[in-house]
Amino acid sequence: MRHYFTILSQEIRALLYSASTYIAAVFFLLVMGFIFAGILDLYSKEAQETPPAVLFFQYFWFPVFFMVPMLTMKSFAEERRMGTLETLLTAPVSTAEVVLGKFSAAYLFYLLLWGTTLGFHYILQVYARDVRYLDTGPLIGGYLFIAVSGLLFVSIGILASALTRSQAVAGILCFTMLLGLIGGLSYLGDLSALSSERLSPVKAAIDALRIPSHVADFTNGVIDTRQVFFYLTGSTLALIFSILGVEAKILNS
Amino acid sequence: MADIPDITIEVSRLVKTYGSLTAVNGLSFTVKRGEIVGLLGPNGAGKSTTMRILTGYLPANSGSVHICGHPVASQPELTKRHIGYMPENNPLPEDMRVSEYLWFRGRLKEMPRARLRSRIDEVLELCDLKRNRHRILGRLSKGNKQRVGIAEAILAEPAVIIMDEPTIGLDPHQIIIVRDLIASLRGRMSVIISSHILPEIEATCDRVLIINSGRIVAQGSPAELRHEIFGHTSYRLELAGDPAVLAAHLTALEPTLKVATLGDCGPDGFCTATLMTEAEADLGEKLLRTLPAHGYRIRSLGRTQPSLEDVFLAATRRSWDARLPDKKKTHGDNRAPLPKL
Repeated sequence: MRHYFTILSQEIRALLYSASTYIAAVFFLLVMGFIFAGILDLYSKEAQETPPAVLFFQYFWFPVFFMVPMLTMKSFAEERRMGTLETLLTAPVSTAEVVLGKFSAAYLFYLLLWGTTLGFHYILQVYARDVRYLDTGPLIGGYLFIAVSGLLFVSIGILASALTRSQAVAGILCFTMLLGLIGGLSYLGDLSALSSERLSPVKAAIDALRIPSHVADFTNGVIDTRQVFFYLTGSTLALIFSILGVEAKILNS
Repeated sequence: MADIPDITIEVSRLVKTYGSLTAVNGLSFTVKRGEIVGLLGPNGAGKSTTMRILTGYLPANSGSVHICGHPVASQPELTKRHIGYMPENNPLPEDMRVSEYLWFRGRLKEMPRARLRSRIDEVLELCDLKRNRHRILGRLSKGNKQRVGIAEAILAEPAVIIMDEPTIGLDPHQIIIVRDLIASLRGRMSVIISSHILPEIEATCDRVLIINSGRIVAQGSPAELRHEIFGHTSYRLELAGDPAVLAAHLTALEPTLKVATLGDCGPDGFCTATLMTEAEADLGEKLLRTLPAHGYRIRSLGRTQPSLEDVFLAATRRSWDARLPDKKKTHGDNRAPLPKL
């Protein structure tokens, strides 16, 4: 792991140089700003049962669908297309170090972008002149969810990039996998075909994997170790598949 | 790097297949420390595949490669430390500066920071890149990019340097610079280069391996190869006189001396003849003395050497088991190589 930090700093530098990072960042802040303003608008009209932070994190999926592919699609696809993957892997580094370095850089950026949304809550509290608006409980829970689930989302992006030489394919593949993971699992849980008695264990399992309900748990202060375990194992698996994907592509090149 | 053995690269019975295509077929060779070896072969002969296997980037189907005594297949981490590699087309990240790139590569190759700082200055000086050290790689000219690739390959002072077509796409001036650069590594590092440009290989390499269809079809120094493939010496002669009895005079002079080709005589009566002999000794003086005695007038005489190109063509053709001696002779004549005087 001695090259991990060399690759990490190189990848962070590459992200800082790349235009798609800034496009993703601007787009993300714009979208999140609109969502936050919309939520405040809603709260100004009538009384709500939940604090605004809880509702805010319910919309986590929207930036994830666009931002994660933009941050990760370049990582392996571009290197493979340019041929620099060959120079990288013929240096005394292991594929695992390269995959982990690229993953960590993208993940740090993902966290950084989400971190900037803390400003929204701060501004709200300053202008409302009311400390109650800085709702620490749901905020801590919500950002914890973002940090934990980000591991899985970003590693899926890395996996998509490791499987192809085209950035566009990597981006679309990542988008599709995230859609399947976030939207598809929720949709499956609602299927009436699963409501029979015999299939109840399947339904229970799928319900437990519904990511939108994880957000609600986290922001309400319920931190379920099963959910954390799901994200940790899922991201580990995606990274292992990325390593295998990079090596398998070389074999078949 | 004190523990570098005398034989730095040892390849034995290497086989690599892509599906039904056999790219490398039972290749064996060794490279000694400090030797510059040229890998020569037509497109698709397996040069790049061989190089990629040597670097540990591609696994082989069977056979073994040892770099500095370590097997590539089971200890890639160890062998990669001894190799500086420049792939085909020299891919570089577009958005980095020259010095940044070298720093990153040096850190990947586990060079200590202090050593790396001075070493980058050294290689930039060696490769004549000092003026370009802060320029962005994507905006460099092809020749400069190529030199960055070479600088990167020699950066960590590895025992083995592998370069896939280092002079491709360069102008003659830059080719000479790159050639000198490679020649300056002789004795310190083992270098394997592949090329299509035959004079290149001839000028730089101590030893040439000619590969075709994944097999070595000929190997040795350029001079050895000439002798091995052709096994004869030829003379180019411009003379006037009776061509009908020329053959008889020549056989009297040296039993194996024959007229290979005899061109049409010009208006001044002079015609160009190519003579071939298996004799080792130089027959030039004998020819000059004997032929005028028989009434021939000689305008020029030169001993011609087959170029490496002829050797290459003959060797690859021989490997296809289509050895056509007649064709080979006419070919040698068509090219009309410069006579060695």
